[in-house]
Amino acid sequence: MTVGIIDYGAGNIRSVVNALKGLDVRVHISSDPEVLSMTDKLILPGVGEARSAMEALYRTGLIPWLRSSVQPFLGICLGMQLLFDRSTERSTDCLGVLPGTIAIFNSGKVPHIGWNSVEHDSSDPLLSGIRSGAYFYFVHSYRASLGDFTLGRTSYVEEFSSVVRSGNRWGVQFHPEKSGDDGFRLIKNFVDLC
Amino acid sequence: MLTKRIIPCLDVTNGRTVKGTQFADLRDAGDPVELAASYSDAGADELVFLDISATLENRKTFFDLVERIAERIRIPFTVGGGIATVDDILRALDAGADKVALNSAILHDPNLLDKASARVGAQCIVAALDVRKSSAGWTVRTRSGTAATGRDAIVWSVEVSERGAGEILLTSMDRDGTTEGYDLELLSATSRRVSVPLIASGGAGTMEHIKDAFTLGGADAVLAASVFHFGTFSIPQLKQYLSSHSLPVRL
Repeated sequence: MTVGIIDYGAGNIRSVVNALKGLDVRVHISSDPEVLSMTDKLILPGVGEARSAMEALYRTGLIPWLRSSVQPFLGICLGMQLLFDRSTERSTDCLGVLPGTIAIFNSGKVPHIGWNSVEHDSSDPLLSGIRSGAYFYFVHSYRASLGDFTLGRTSYVEEFSSVVRSGNRWGVQFHPEKSGDDGFRLIKNFVDLC
Repeated sequence: MLTKRIIPCLDVTNGRTVKGTQFADLRDAGDPVELAASYSDAGADELVFLDISATLENRKTFFDLVERIAERIRIPFTVGGGIATVDDILRALDAGADKVALNSAILHDPNLLDKASARVGAQCIVAALDVRKSSAGWTVRTRSGTAATGRDAIVWSVEVSERGAGEILLTSMDRDGTTEGYDLELLSATSRRVSVPLIASGGAGTMEHIKDAFTLGGADAVLAASVFHFGTFSIPQLKQYLSSHSLPVRL
């Protein structure tokens, strides 16, 4: 099993790599579509700000390839947000594989930082073995609203999408690589997906 | 529901954890990597590592330590101490840290906050304030608390949040290491004014002090060192206590 981690200079790549170390996978960190095309799974990590991240992705030339890639894909935090049409963070056009606009929390303390619970119906393989209500570590100022793509929901100021899916693309707003045993389980579930 | 965070703080010098009182009289508290792993296993919500010597020769040792910590724990951690440039921040994040705490450098050059936040995002930036009470109110000190800045702590808290700090780590130097309780007046005066999460620091001695920091001080998280390093109470005991007082915690 090989996992490609998309390297566009905006990730906390080391944490994700560390989380994968306990699993039987080979990790390829790359921004080259030819290298990434050869991997079985893709992870798009992300820390930071939507426009800088999209500009960095644009410079890699990966954007058209990402929109049409076929492997199971996991976007983490900003990497999840980039799946949507756009973000109001500096009016950024994103990848557009999920419908809707990412917007900032309009009240409460921002960023939303800390451990919060994720409610889900357990039917998706990504969430297998993780109880509904389990805690994950969040750190973000922008959020996706609820939609047909919502697998997991979290309450902060309002309910928002904390786990999303469209076909073979998944996204999580929290940081599974920083969320203790349940986070590790989620990453293992992703690696084990067929 | 978003839970209240319990954050053990490890002050590190020469590769060892130490703890002092009012920033002096340091005592050895163990190996930072082992302590980090045991706190993570015990249910700590995050960890903070401060390189309290932060000399150039210690710098490489410290970043090596950050890498070893990142390999051992699966909870978020913040590093601070001597971080002065965007390059330093990128180096800390690249070593595996999730956030950096900035203190003296942003007092020297407040624009660093704007630049850092634009580069890595506000969520990676913790503004740390070392505060002393005086007749003029609460004022901010710099260089590990050794020098006055003349800045009012609450005014500076508002400014750092507006410039792009994602959290404020507010340390009462008067209470640091005394185990007399957090400065609740300082906390509540600050939490009423800032719109980013507030981490209380300095003075925890009992579980009640920590409860008070949340309920009376308006803190979103608490930092504590001595009580955990020296075994006054454990993180599970503390979380049970807070839960029994109706505070949301991750059990």
